[in-house]
Amino acid sequence: MQLYGTEIASRLMLGTAQYPSPSVLAEAFRRSGAGIATVSVRREASGARAGAAFWDLVRDLDVTLLPNTAGCHSVREAVTTAQMARELFDTPWIKLEVIGHADTLQPDPFGLVEAARVLTDEGFKVFPYTTEDVVLAGRLLDAGCEVLMPWGAPIGTGLGLTNIYGLRTLRAQFPEVPMVVDAGLGLPSQAAMAMEMGFDAVLLNTAVAKAGDPAAMAEGFAHAVEAGRLAFGADPMEPRDMAAPSTPLIGKAFLE
Amino acid sequence: MTQARVIGGGVAGLCVATRLVERGYEVTIFDPSPRPGPHGCSWWAGGMLAPFCEGETAEEPVVRLGQEAAAWWERQGVTLHRRGTLVLTLGRDRRELDRFARRVAGHEMLDPAGLAALEPDLEGRFNRALHVSGEAHLDPRAALIHLRDRLEQAGVRFVAEPGRPEGLTFDCRGLAARDALRDLRGVKGEMAVLHSADIRLTRPVRLLHPRYPLYVVPRADGLFMLGATQIETDDRRRSVRSALELLSAAYALHPAFGEAELVEIGADARPAFPDNLPRLVRRGETIHVNGLFRHGFLLAPALARLAVEAASDSSKPEFWHEDHD
Repeated sequence: MQLYGTEIASRLMLGTAQYPSPSVLAEAFRRSGAGIATVSVRREASGARAGAAFWDLVRDLDVTLLPNTAGCHSVREAVTTAQMARELFDTPWIKLEVIGHADTLQPDPFGLVEAARVLTDEGFKVFPYTTEDVVLAGRLLDAGCEVLMPWGAPIGTGLGLTNIYGLRTLRAQFPEVPMVVDAGLGLPSQAAMAMEMGFDAVLLNTAVAKAGDPAAMAEGFAHAVEAGRLAFGADPMEPRDMAAPSTPLIGKAFLE
Repeated sequence: MTQARVIGGGVAGLCVATRLVERGYEVTIFDPSPRPGPHGCSWWAGGMLAPFCEGETAEEPVVRLGQEAAAWWERQGVTLHRRGTLVLTLGRDRRELDRFARRVAGHEMLDPAGLAALEPDLEGRFNRALHVSGEAHLDPRAALIHLRDRLEQAGVRFVAEPGRPEGLTFDCRGLAARDALRDLRGVKGEMAVLHSADIRLTRPVRLLHPRYPLYVVPRADGLFMLGATQIETDDRRRSVRSALELLSAAYALHPAFGEAELVEIGADARPAFPDNLPRLVRRGETIHVNGLFRHGFLLAPALARLAVEAASDSSKPEFWHEDHD
């Protein structure tokens, strides 16, 4: 899978927040084989280099880092956070979050497009956290985004893919654009479903970090992502209304 | 008499010194600040001795060794309240309580009547609650001062200097020991102290919330300590955001906190290793006692016991790291 020209081996991405400890975080990454780690810049960065010790631990994971603008509620805040992230992590990649609603943490579509345009103009490679809205997706692509990160459900809810129709439409409208289902996944089966639908990767955090055994859950998600991707590439059968036996019935000896 | 130095007069240093005195050592404590106070992160602790509740996220040794804490503090003559912990959720987060119950041993699920019987002032506000009865709480500042004064009476020398290792030395400096312990990092915790005459609680209350978890620890004279923030930074500034979170969560727990007096807001960075478990790191004749994370008053008694035993009988206890660099 290529994201902004960079080859990424794993289709599973993990966040780095809320784990019981950095050691558990590292173990979850090891067992998941995740290739990208997202890091939240805003809160930890309250004082210049104050979060340096934790970030060093994250760097030691030896995966590609994708800083995010989690918790930003305005274009200006998101842009400033992105600039800080570029300096701190020496990368033009930024997962762009512009939150529009404090309770659902739903993206602000208008601010998102504006911030994406500003950041793209400044040379950033923007990964926008967006809804499944097709029109909004088009505007983000117009603004210069080459990857989209539609939500499955609101952040941290674990509800899975709440608008399957919308996600299918989005996938079908822009078949060439790499898309990562980001947020709302709670179980590996939901990740497998996203991959079966042809999404290129999934990103999750809470489902792993808040599990009783985060490392085991991370490995579970890795298997699910692998299973879903294989199924997508294997051209699945179409569902049908009538039962169709896989072995012929005619000629069976003991049919009643 | 065998001599021992303790560097750092926080909860780790005072517990180690107490164990050393018990074993007949002649002890000198070095700390630039002569008395327990706001310079050390022990000062900002909640004082919950809650090994079972901490087991929601902490590793097994915290649950096991933390169970030693209450009896130890009691033996030192510290005032201790064995009234358990109450765990609550707001209406729409009620499933958090089921998750917590699955992961935490020794709890009992209470109905509204059961909750009202334990804490009358919370009557009618919550449909269910967990009571973890085998837990306790203390006033951490009073406990530090008590240990310190008792050590002085026992002949321990307090030297108001940074202190250097010499002979048998227990380095209990916390985050200041980062010059020697490279894995150590700061995890910021913020707290507030409120005064209210309108509400009475007799045991710590934990409010589970996916974004703004809170604990409230009652102290004497109508004081309540609020805490729970945990941020990966060694920045010690008191942030408006954390204050808003703590105070809003307290208000959601009981509106009486909205009318309370804001007595104090504090913040400090707690020393932690990557697994958030403490370590005993030996270098020559120095033993580092560090990484107590958010479990200072809970784990310092056990960690001090292991450290002093190791020094006396050359055992290699749990959390032991030999370090030769």
